[in-house]
Amino acid sequence: MANIPEDLHYSKDHEWVRVDGNVAVVGITDYAQDSLGDVVYVELPKPGEKFAANESFGSVESVKAVSEVFSPVSGEIAEANDSLTDAPEKVNTDPYGDGWMIRVKMSAPGEVDSLLTAAEYEDFTKGDTE
Amino acid sequence: MTAVAEIKRTPLNAVHRNLGGRMVDFGGWDMPVQYPAGTVEEHLRTRRAAGLFDVSHMGEIDVRGADAIAFVNSITSNDVSKLVDGQAQYSALTTPEGTVIDDLLVYRFSADHLLLVVNAGTTEKDWAWIKSHHKNEAVELENVSADYCQLAIQGPRALEILQPLTDLPLSEIKYYHFAEGTVDGIEAIVSRTGYTGEDGFEVYAAADMAERIWQKLLDAGKYGSDDGVLPCGLAARNTLRLEAGMALYGHEIDESTTLLEANLGWICKLNKGEFVGSDRLAKQKEEGVRRRLVGFEVKERGIARDEHEVLINGERVGKVTSGSPAPYLKKNIGMAYVPTEFANEGQQIQIDVRGKLVGAEIVKTPFYKREKN
Repeated sequence: MANIPEDLHYSKDHEWVRVDGNVAVVGITDYAQDSLGDVVYVELPKPGEKFAANESFGSVESVKAVSEVFSPVSGEIAEANDSLTDAPEKVNTDPYGDGWMIRVKMSAPGEVDSLLTAAEYEDFTKGDTE
Repeated sequence: MTAVAEIKRTPLNAVHRNLGGRMVDFGGWDMPVQYPAGTVEEHLRTRRAAGLFDVSHMGEIDVRGADAIAFVNSITSNDVSKLVDGQAQYSALTTPEGTVIDDLLVYRFSADHLLLVVNAGTTEKDWAWIKSHHKNEAVELENVSADYCQLAIQGPRALEILQPLTDLPLSEIKYYHFAEGTVDGIEAIVSRTGYTGEDGFEVYAAADMAERIWQKLLDAGKYGSDDGVLPCGLAARNTLRLEAGMALYGHEIDESTTLLEANLGWICKLNKGEFVGSDRLAKQKEEGVRRRLVGFEVKERGIARDEHEVLINGERVGKVTSGSPAPYLKKNIGMAYVPTEFANEGQQIQIDVRGKLVGAEIVKTPFYKREKN
């Protein structure tokens, strides 16, 4: 059973968002890392780059597959988790903690309200496996 | 009317599901791509201890009769007449153009009995192709694919795991040789072959015995312990063969690539007499190939994948046939076709990784070679 923390917001592309003032911390969910398998490579943007909601900001690769990652919110990259360059496995071992990917200065914080709640995301992943 | 292809299952399908295998459609077969240990661990365990693979989806074609050797020699590129009883040979079914219908193993049981082991996804095509070449030769052909299961136990511990289960003296079976005997009392063919770059064996037995032999091998290999055998999925099978520099049908070789382009001149015995496509291959050998398969190592950040384009001096000159992270070598590697003039070790190339050009270098293959003791 995938771990889905109550206090986060979720996208249908399997990213999570933790709101910290006007900053959104973004990563991929436990469900996503499990589906992907051993993460061996993470490509992230540089601070200052701007992304619209649902735009691809980078990629995560396992031995077998490449997955793009999409920003659930619009804004500017404040910080990327560069430690994933040398330790991409953190995405597998701690997807909601050390495996975080970007901090986004939100340009439209209201977008968060349209994301899924933990309960909604759980239902969504169940539909996904059927 | 649209025919809906039915998904095929090996006799171990339920076993894979019970082991937590993640099942995918592989050329019409419902197969495990990985188990819960994950591709990296499965790969490393095979290199360091042992991995167990269900390869029952492979096809088997029985060839019997006085003309068995002559017939198979006329449709395959390697020289079947060089085989002795109990020996196996890597070879290819060729088209009149010298390209590849499939790569295969030819097993010789006796002068009038051969077994062809072909790829899963091409079994039906191969079977039709082989039958279409059967004219007046004294041979009986039978597609016996469904009768057999095939399990591969691979890695440095493969011999010690399999030995207690069989009456055959395994250390006496040489590489690319096989013997008939029993495994756990079940009639089996034990072949010292594999697709991982490791020492190991492939066991062929009646399909309904698959589960029993599989379980015995897991038990004998102490599955569950830290250095025990691990069941391995298709993803690890692919990365292991790629590190070992082995071709995969549909990637490095297909009906658009010739054996010579794919560096398979060593299974292309042009002096043995005519075979399908031999005239074209002889001509190509004389004129030289225009492109060649090479191995490369990515030197910058990025992972080359199948179908990515290869650039040399800014020009798009070829495509990646297989590209992946290499879990044991801890590098990103791949194989690609490039024009012959550039097919040299040390040549710098670039790979177009989804729009980003990533530097790479042509290197010697195999990427990985086990230390022989």
